[in-house]
Amino acid sequence: MRAVNSVSLEVAAGETLAIVGESGSGKSVTALSILRLIPEPGRIENGRIQFEGRDLLALDETGIRAVRGNRIAMIFQEPMSSLNPVLTIGRQVAEPLRLHRRLKRREALDQAVDLLRSVAIPDAEKRLGDYPHQFSGGMRQRVMIAMALACHPRLLIADEPTTALDVTVQAQILELLKERTRETDSALILITHDLGVVARYADRVAVMYGGRIVESGPAGALYADPRHPYTQGLLRSVPRLEGDTGGRLASIEGQPPDLSALPVGCAFEPRCPNAHERCLEAPPPLVAHGAARAWACYRAEEEPAA
Amino acid sequence: MTTVAAAAPDALPVRDQPRWWRFTVRLFRTKPLGAAGAVVFVIFLFAGIFAGVLAPYGINETDLAHRLEPPSRQFLLGTDHLGRDLFSRVLMGARLSMIVGFCAAALATVVSILIGVLSGYLGGWFDMLTQRLVDAWMTFPDLVLLIVIVSVVGPGITQIVIILGLLYGIAGSRIVRGAVTSVREHVYTHAAQSVGAGTFHILRRHILPNVMPVVIVLFTTRVGAVILSEAALSFLGLGVPPPAPTWGGMLSGDGRTYLYLGPWLALAPGICLTVVVYAANVFGDALRDLLDPRMRGT
Repeated sequence: MRAVNSVSLEVAAGETLAIVGESGSGKSVTALSILRLIPEPGRIENGRIQFEGRDLLALDETGIRAVRGNRIAMIFQEPMSSLNPVLTIGRQVAEPLRLHRRLKRREALDQAVDLLRSVAIPDAEKRLGDYPHQFSGGMRQRVMIAMALACHPRLLIADEPTTALDVTVQAQILELLKERTRETDSALILITHDLGVVARYADRVAVMYGGRIVESGPAGALYADPRHPYTQGLLRSVPRLEGDTGGRLASIEGQPPDLSALPVGCAFEPRCPNAHERCLEAPPPLVAHGAARAWACYRAEEEPAA
Repeated sequence: MTTVAAAAPDALPVRDQPRWWRFTVRLFRTKPLGAAGAVVFVIFLFAGIFAGVLAPYGINETDLAHRLEPPSRQFLLGTDHLGRDLFSRVLMGARLSMIVGFCAAALATVVSILIGVLSGYLGGWFDMLTQRLVDAWMTFPDLVLLIVIVSVVGPGITQIVIILGLLYGIAGSRIVRGAVTSVREHVYTHAAQSVGAGTFHILRRHILPNVMPVVIVLFTTRVGAVILSEAALSFLGLGVPPPAPTWGGMLSGDGRTYLYLGPWLALAPGICLTVVVYAANVFGDALRDLLDPRMRGT
């Protein structure tokens, strides 16, 4: 079974790339494979992950460990369970520093205080000795961000960082992430299924469906003029404040594809409103249109470019 | 989650006291039964350690003028058929039980952690192989294995410690393994991998502390179980050989033979055995509840 297939992504320093898609579309697997953290028995069959001029897939175990948490850091979906319940916050934030910078315990804890302050945790010094259960969900996610930023990574991967949080806290966390990455000019990959988040925080967007990227482009252009029928459907299903607000929300008919039995042709074909015989034959390749945009649809190409 | 306000105001003033003291206070306040168990256990522990000082008579000092005497001021727990002071012998028995209990339980715990953590964390064929070996080992009834091994290597305190340690260690490894497999799947283990921690670091810093509550309960209940097993072996004559005063040996030797003439001969070691094992178990349960930080502040 192939969870992710022919995915090609690029992020530049200082840029925020959003990967959007529904559950099971392969967003998280894509993110995990960047750090080679795919759980057994999953594996990366082939491909390349170029980072700072090196192929991460070619590194040995020690080599990739030196990248994890140091040059590339990750923030997980569940702030409630991504902190170790029996270690103090201080020790956990200090962990990457001790692992990668080989700092002494005292020095690492001192830096942990600064890190916690930088993610706006009040009374940082006092809270070092607290345990995760003494923190709220939003605070824990701040701690996770502090941990991720500890070694000034060049790339931060945030896998649905705000899904488990309530809306007001979501905005704070995303602002924080954005601000911290802007300050250090590092890249941010934001994985989400929340199109509102994408519109507000991402520079570029990649939409995933059935383990492939179906459309990518700058956030503004993609929102203004979505080309892939899946992207179009997604955007139509977002509730809007202006215009006709009385009617039913549009939805995409049908079910997400079963990854263990992907169709021979386009994965979206069974749900596509303007599918066509050609869509049954082979999955459409992701074709670049102009400098920044690309989509994977036979039918969209036939339409005259707007 | 609703545990945000866990920093209870009354927890603040005691901050400056040492951790062990705060822990002891909490044990007595929240788990009186467990605390009582701890006290009783510590009393027996010290009785064992200072048996040589506390015992009024030598353990093998016979006094044929005072045979099978009931408890009196001169002989606190009475005497046996050779006129040996039972109180002194029970004290020395406590020492033997404690030595066997602690050493064997410690060995068992180390073995359980080694097998359980490696097998549970590494998984795959290694896990498969070790677990099948553990299964095979566990199909033998404990007592049969003990009897066979002891009759091969001969009785003695070192043999007993090693045999009981391995026996309970291998059986206990499945409990540790179960705990490890659940901890391994937690996001914080993946998070630790994502910050670049190596396998050994993850095992030591993330897996082990999280299975500690299980390990501690395993250890304390094992102390009780081992003491009981040693008594059983000694009762069968396969434990520490006489004239060493083991509780099990006292029960089976004089205790059984003179049950009608001198019931104190069976009662004294029997009650000690029951009380120590029970104390170890309630203390273990209390420790488990208290050491889990998720239960703190509740």
